[in-house]
Amino acid sequence: MESALKRSGLWLAGLLIAVLACAAAVDTGFAIHMGIVGLACIIGLIVTLRGLDLSRAILSPDQGRYDDDVIRWGVIATVFWGMAGFLVGLIIALQLALPVLNLGLEWTAFGRLRPLHTSAVIFAFGGNALIATSFYVVQRTCRARLAFPGLARFVFWGYQLFIVLAATGYLLGITQAKEYAEPEWYVDIWLTIVWVAYLAVFVGTIIKRTEPHIYVANWFYLSFIITVAMLHIVNNLNWPVSFVGSRSFPVFAGVQGALVQWWYGHNAVGFFLTAGFLAMMYYFVPKQAERPIFSYRLSIIHFWALIFLYIWAGPHHLHYTALPDWAQTLGMVFSVMLWMPSWGGMINGLMTLNGAWDKVRTDPIIRMMVMALAFYGMSTFEGPMMSIKSVNSLSHYTDWTIGHVHSGALGWNGMITFACVYYMVPRLWAKPRLYSLRMVNWHFWLATVGIVFYASSMWVAGITQGLMWREYGADGYLVNSFAETVLALKPMYFLRAFGGLLFLSGAVVMTVNVWRTILGHQRDEAPMRDAAFDPAKDRPLVAVAA
Amino acid sequence: MSTHSTYDLLRHLADSWGLVMMTVIFLGLCAWPFRPGARPMNRDAANSIFKDESDV
Repeated sequence: MESALKRSGLWLAGLLIAVLACAAAVDTGFAIHMGIVGLACIIGLIVTLRGLDLSRAILSPDQGRYDDDVIRWGVIATVFWGMAGFLVGLIIALQLALPVLNLGLEWTAFGRLRPLHTSAVIFAFGGNALIATSFYVVQRTCRARLAFPGLARFVFWGYQLFIVLAATGYLLGITQAKEYAEPEWYVDIWLTIVWVAYLAVFVGTIIKRTEPHIYVANWFYLSFIITVAMLHIVNNLNWPVSFVGSRSFPVFAGVQGALVQWWYGHNAVGFFLTAGFLAMMYYFVPKQAERPIFSYRLSIIHFWALIFLYIWAGPHHLHYTALPDWAQTLGMVFSVMLWMPSWGGMINGLMTLNGAWDKVRTDPIIRMMVMALAFYGMSTFEGPMMSIKSVNSLSHYTDWTIGHVHSGALGWNGMITFACVYYMVPRLWAKPRLYSLRMVNWHFWLATVGIVFYASSMWVAGITQGLMWREYGADGYLVNSFAETVLALKPMYFLRAFGGLLFLSGAVVMTVNVWRTILGHQRDEAPMRDAAFDPAKDRPLVAVAA
Repeated sequence: MSTHSTYDLLRHLADSWGLVMMTVIFLGLCAWPFRPGARPMNRDAANSIFKDESDV
């Protein structure tokens, strides 16, 4: 009782601070954000007063069972934010083809919706998938219940608050104007607190493990958590203009600032979207295939090569800029070297199916995993190629880059996440099977065809754009005006939006499937594959009288 | 120390001893799972995720 009073007091204090900050705010955006923080405090207060905050899972955890509450919430959040992020993606793809869809309002303009899309899919969809799967995998591979259950719940809800603050901030025009690091200083500080708690829960669980060896998936998760913390803190060293305002300025300026930003930006790809999702691959692919990873040694080489090489690849985002030439070349060389370990990892994942390749035909979840690995291989080949200076001079600033990012994000991150969601949902909710395997198959094909439309239209668009920009006439003047290059891309923008529509449709199929699985329904459907049987032929041969 | 000499110092460290150290540590870490006698450990580690299917 006394401690409930204390906790309520903390929520009240938080509410008071939020109200004061809201009243003293120097700009509307900050005031609205403090209003949201206040609302979160009110929700926390209500939950505490109704005695719902300290569940048995926190007060007297049963060490003989895994703590799956946060994972279940994380799976639902992954599906929810995925739908939101994919939908906004489709909207902004249509905005590029049909500018009237900007609606003439500042809040719905492309420039504000674009970071909403990128953050929703990377940090909300991908981030929740990483939190959920990491808590799932670390418990199962350590054979120990999650450490610090209260802190684990704080990580989940704190991360959702971060997402809401970031997303609403973009619509209100609050941004640091750094790609993939748009949230302003106070949201960054909040994320740092949540992230340190995440690290504590993860490391705490590893420390209390009963399995002597730390399985390689946990190495990847741990490197992802630690590196993202380091990147996030260094790239967000900003000084606020006012402590009750949403504006801040970076400590680094000029080319140093640009290098720090792309050191962050590329390692966000390398450690958030690669290392973290490879951790999923190293646990869920062997589990679904029911075979150990092809080569454990290769997985360790894969790990160390990513750690040692990725961190230097960032400067390839700054080719032909004011960045010193040697730094550009360094970025290029390390990017090209990354191709080898990436393909080593892909081969390791694919060869896990060695001797069980029939599962690709019979198991749609395995099929998704194989497609994810194929896209991992394709985009980690395309990336090093695009980092070569002479290729980059054609591809940089064009839609080719957008196509490259999406073949990695939709193909690799999306597909492996969907596969993990399908793997976990029946197990987390203790259901005998998914609602429908055939719907997983539908999802697979909708997503795959969607990505093909997306990537190929952006290849054509990007190369068209690059060639038109560099085309000189006999008199030494540029042949094309910028507006002409935009007009030339219009059909490609429609094709891209169509690909996005297919991908979104696949996600809708997944949402229905996951929802009905959780409700305990099972679709009455023919199995994916069965041995041939023809009742008409199932009879004895009768000798025909001649 | 002036800004220029800090830059110079780090620049030279990065392309001489720093680079050598990083390369040696990297190669050592990659060679570690190939040490003699590590084969059964690697096999056990790879199969450790299936232990929960057979016990209890």
